Amino acid sequence: MADNVVFHFDVDGEDFSSAGGASVTVKKKLRQLGISQEYIRRVAIAMYEGEINMVIHANGGTADVIVSDEEIKIVLADTGPGIPDVSLAMQEGFSTARDNIRSLGFGAGMGLPNMKKYTDTMEIETELGRGTTITMTVKIA
Amino acid sequence: MKLTDIIDTLSLTVVAGDAEREAEGVYAGDFLSRAMSHICADDLWITIMNNVNVIAVASLTDAAAVLLAENVALAPDAVEAAKAKDVTVLSSDKSVYELCAALSRIDGLS
Repeated sequence: MADNVVFHFDVDGEDFSSAGGASVTVKKKLRQLGISQEYIRRVAIAMYEGEINMVIHANGGTADVIVSDEEIKIVLADTGPGIPDVSLAMQEGFSTARDNIRSLGFGAGMGLPNMKKYTDTMEIETELGRGTTITMTVKIA
Repeated sequence: MKLTDIIDTLSLTVVAGDAEREAEGVYAGDFLSRAMSHICADDLWITIMNNVNVIAVASLTDAAAVLLAENVALAPDAVEAAKAKDVTVLSSDKSVYELCAALSRIDGLS
């Protein structure tokens, strides 16, 4: 494709009934663009985890997906509380999710680890009290 | 293997969706992030979670179907989401263990 294809979504905070909606939409769009199934799966998993994190921890945010010939870039930005200790948050099994969140099947402490596992690059910019921006790429070249 | 054959063999109930799909494997588990990273496309996913997020995970992972164990009822908004996203949902009165044991005796599932 000559030009980048860009998708933008607003992610509602505390709305678990529609959480994952942006990921499902992106999955459909990528399929329409002819992206292979394995790349779509990785993008969908990483984006879903990020979307859920924004709903659980940050009262929502925005998700942007930029598709070029070489990669799919996902930028998740929120104005939530920030992550106090990123290396701790990256550990599998570590979670600060509340019990009511766990009862929905979330809070296994796999969100950020899954996002890293299924993408080629992941950068976390976070500031306490200001918010978090996570940029991930999946190389498709 | 066709879902319809599994439905017949295990006496499952179809809650939503199309039972004509093929299932290739089985995954059992309730934590959504775990499920998200371990369900393969065309897996039958056994769980006791019944909320709308289960439908999103099944859709994103291309699971063949969600199989609710122990007669767990799908939440009303999840039924609507399953129909909207073309996710097949089945249910059974058997436990997760009983379902896994029964499925392990079926050829053609991994």
